[in-house]
Amino acid sequence: MFTTATTTSQKILQMFAAILLFAAVIGLILFIAGRFTGKRDRAIAALYLGPTVLMLSVGLLYPGLRTIYQSFLDASLKNFIGFDNYVTILSDPEQLTVLRNTAFWVLVTPFVATGVGLLYAILVDKARMESFAKALIFLPMSISFVAAGVIWKFMYEFRPDQGNIKQIGFVNQLIVWLGGEPQQLLIDSPLNTFLLIAVMVWIQAGFAMTVLSAAIKAIPDDIIEAARLDGVGPWGMFRFVTLPAIRPAVIVVITTIAIGTLKVFDIVQTMTGGRFDTSVIANEFYSQTFRSDNRGLGAALAVVLFILVIPIVVYNIRQLRRSEA
Amino acid sequence: MTTAAPLTTTPVATTETKKLSAAASAKAKLTSPWASLAAVVLAVLWTIPTFGLLITSFRTTEDIRRSGWWTTFTNPLFTLDNYKAVLDPEQAGANLPDSFLNSLVMTIPSVIIPLCLASLAAYAFAWMNFPGKNILFIAIFALQIVPLQVTLLPLLQLFVAWDIDGTFWTVWLSHSTFALPLAIYLLHNFIKEVPASLIEAARIDGAGHVSIFFRVLLPLLTPALAAFGIFQFLWVWNDLLVSLTFAGAPAISPLTVQLSNLTGTRGTAWYLLSAGAFVSIIVPVTVFLLLQRYFVRGLLAGSVKG
Repeated sequence: MFTTATTTSQKILQMFAAILLFAAVIGLILFIAGRFTGKRDRAIAALYLGPTVLMLSVGLLYPGLRTIYQSFLDASLKNFIGFDNYVTILSDPEQLTVLRNTAFWVLVTPFVATGVGLLYAILVDKARMESFAKALIFLPMSISFVAAGVIWKFMYEFRPDQGNIKQIGFVNQLIVWLGGEPQQLLIDSPLNTFLLIAVMVWIQAGFAMTVLSAAIKAIPDDIIEAARLDGVGPWGMFRFVTLPAIRPAVIVVITTIAIGTLKVFDIVQTMTGGRFDTSVIANEFYSQTFRSDNRGLGAALAVVLFILVIPIVVYNIRQLRRSEA
Repeated sequence: MTTAAPLTTTPVATTETKKLSAAASAKAKLTSPWASLAAVVLAVLWTIPTFGLLITSFRTTEDIRRSGWWTTFTNPLFTLDNYKAVLDPEQAGANLPDSFLNSLVMTIPSVIIPLCLASLAAYAFAWMNFPGKNILFIAIFALQIVPLQVTLLPLLQLFVAWDIDGTFWTVWLSHSTFALPLAIYLLHNFIKEVPASLIEAARIDGAGHVSIFFRVLLPLLTPALAAFGIFQFLWVWNDLLVSLTFAGAPAISPLTVQLSNLTGTRGTAWYLLSAGAFVSIIVPVTVFLLLQRYFVRGLLAGSVKG
């Protein structure tokens, strides 16, 4: 039951066994909880929260603390080396490229994706076939980053410009149609990083559009009517009515996308594997930990990722609190 | 997807009853034809990449190598051979039918387990009194910010020590754990909106915590459970990082891992990659199209509180 399932029937059986085992645990908890009559909140709460607290402690808290500890160890996790891994991240030229790329990702993706999403939300608002138009932009949200990576790798595909060889990647074909030379798009740094960022923008714009569209529709009628009676024009309406009203939603969207972008791994992994100077922290963490067996450095990279996420989350929560107040 | 966060936080209301929104009136005067044109241009831009690869997946190997997919319109010739090839382990060099099953086997328990546990926990936080409740809730809420990367290596070491490495258990346990903080937070937001009088009435009728949970709360929770369930389903189905770390072995690796490997080993075999991509996309896109309403509701779930 706890071994590797290899055949189809084994796999399916193991899945049902896992679900049944889990159901039995839940059933036991509920059965015991049902024995307690009256207001025995403490005991029942302990039962209800027990599995959750156990899983979070073993699965998140302990590994997190252990990684922080391991970030001060060497590649084989045997010797204590102080802050050396962090010094490497901040001074090694390769690691500096990783930091630079991560900065590009986090500074560009949230704003472009949110801008496009907002523009589109306004353009299709109350338009004919609004939900169909939205679904087109939103669809990339539902597919995996791996599939998105494959889709875009094909867009960027390059064929050398010689004889009667034709381009099969759409972007290079556009370049040729416009009279340019086809480029090895995913090889030239730092252009390639921005081409990978485009994939993330393509995915996240749908999220921004959905949230902002809902925010726009929630603006009360009377405010709009009052502004209209005051003779506010379309740009003024956007600048002084729409934008202030949806400002909290815009901030939440930007910060949420920024957090997701910091952790981006799949796109880089699928499209370049981090080669050609395209690696980012999340990808570098994976290569150092699992490919190069440089585990101390990998742990330090994970901790850096953690440290970078914190201020964005705190800002996000602050904004939420303020908008709720 | 790295989009686990969206569910948490969205200070917007979802009422769609308004006749005229600010944006609509701004747009109306914003020379409507140009606005429509811009919308169409954006929609086309966003659709072309997927559309191009979809067309490609039905073209012959020869055609794919020799010309772009846009030439198909003047010279249409379609085939299912690419799908046959990619689904045949001998030809593809990757076992997609098996990995499709692996994806399913991984995903289903990884959705059910955190949903059940989170409902119980959220109920305890919303309707029970016990010492340390607030601190515990804040601690769980705060765990949301832990990036998965921080946990992977120590978890792998634990799984090796428990002798379950290379099995589906690693994926079930880790995905379930990672989902809990967000699920508890969301369901708690939803549960605490249930009027206290409803719970009190049930309690006066002699109902204990178990029957209140099943008879009163569960029916009310269905939309929230559906929203989070779909979200978690797509998250696990589309995940690469966790699977690559714990389930990289061919016997149990899911579609994302196999497709990702294919881009490494057969990076120029577009007849395989295009068909393979769409085999991996078919389930999430179907889920999305059928259950779009719930999915969007899940995305806006932060607004449940108003």
